Amino acid sequence: MRQSGTQLWAIQRITAAFLGIAVIVHLVTIMIAVRGGLSATEILARTRGAELWFAFYAIFALCAGLHGAIGLRNIAGEWLGLRGRGVDALWVSTGLVTAAFGIRAAWGLYHAG
Amino acid sequence: MAELKVRIWRGDAEGGAMQEFTVPARENQTILDVVTQIQREQAPDLAYRFACRVGMCGSCAMEVNGRARWTCRTHVKRVAQPGETLEIRPLANLPVIRDLATDMAPFFDKWARAQGSFQPKDAADGSVPAEFAVVPPTSKKRAQADAGIECIGCGVCYASCDIVAWNKDYLGPAAMNRAWTLVNDVRDGGNAARLDAVSGDAGCHSCHSTQTCTERCPKNLDPSSAIAGLKRTLFWDSLLGRR
Repeated sequence: MRQSGTQLWAIQRITAAFLGIAVIVHLVTIMIAVRGGLSATEILARTRGAELWFAFYAIFALCAGLHGAIGLRNIAGEWLGLRGRGVDALWVSTGLVTAAFGIRAAWGLYHAG
Repeated sequence: MAELKVRIWRGDAEGGAMQEFTVPARENQTILDVVTQIQREQAPDLAYRFACRVGMCGSCAMEVNGRARWTCRTHVKRVAQPGETLEIRPLANLPVIRDLATDMAPFFDKWARAQGSFQPKDAADGSVPAEFAVVPPTSKKRAQADAGIECIGCGVCYASCDIVAWNKDYLGPAAMNRAWTLVNDVRDGGNAARLDAVSGDAGCHSCHSTQTCTERCPKNLDPSSAIAGLKRTLFWDSLLGRR
C-alpha cells in the first residue's frame, strides 16, 4: 500500500497537469464553436471520424475519472474516516465508471451515423 | 497594580472545564510566567510542563488564545491586548494527561515510525566509521538538511496540523521534517526504508501544503517544504525506478 500511495499521488498530479491544458482546449473550442450558433450537425461535422478529437476526449475522460476518484478517496478518508481496501475498490470503480461514461460519449460522437 | 484575567483549561483525559484566574499584569511577562505564577500562588495542583525557559527544550508548548505556541518565549503583550482575557489550553491533537500537560508519546512514536534515527551508511552495526565523512557546508544536500535541523520537538506544528486532526495515523510535520533532514544526510544509509515509511496516506502524500506548520513553527523552520521535498524525491525515485 505504501508504494501505491506514491502512485496515487503521482497519477493525480499527472492527470491534473493534463486536465489543466485539456480544460482550456475544451473551453476555447466551445467559445469558437458557438460563435455562429450551435447545432448538432455542426458538432457532428467536427467530431465524426476525427481520430484526434476522439483521442483527446477519451484521454480527457480517463484523466477526469481517475483524478476525481482519487480526490474523492482523499476527502472520504479525511472527512468521513472512510478508509481501507474495500473503500478503495469503490473509488476505483467510481473512477472507471465515470471515465467509461465519458469515453462512450466521445465514441458516440466519433461514430455517429 | 493592573490585573490580567486568565482562563485555564483544567481536567484530565476524562474531560474538564475552563477555570478563571487573575494575575498581576507586568510590563514584561511571558505566558509561562503567568502559568507559573498561578501554580505557585493560586493553584498548586495545576499541571504543566517546562524545563529550560529559554526556547531550547521544546517542553512548554500550549494553546494560547486558540494557537499553539512556545509559552516561554511568548510575551503576553504579543498575544493579548491590555484588558483582554488570556485563554490557555493543552496542545491539540495529543492526549491530555492533566490540565496543560499532554502526553507527547504519540508525537515521538511517529518520529520513530518515520525512521527518524540516523542510520550510519559506513558502519551499519553502529560502530564509529574509520574515516570522517566530508560534507561540504555549501552543498545542496547539506543546506537542505541544515534548513530543518534546529527542530526542538515542541509539538506546535503537530498540534496545529489539520491532517493530524483528521487522520490519527498521519505522521505529522515534525516527524517528516526530521526524515527529510536524514534523506539529505549523505552519511545516512537508511533512506529506502525511510522513504517507504513517509509515503502514502499516513505520510507526505496526505499533506495539503496549507503550511500552518511553517507559519506556527517557533523556530521558523519550514516543515511544509520538507514534506514537499519528500513528495518530490518519492515521485522521481518511483518514476525512474530507483526504488
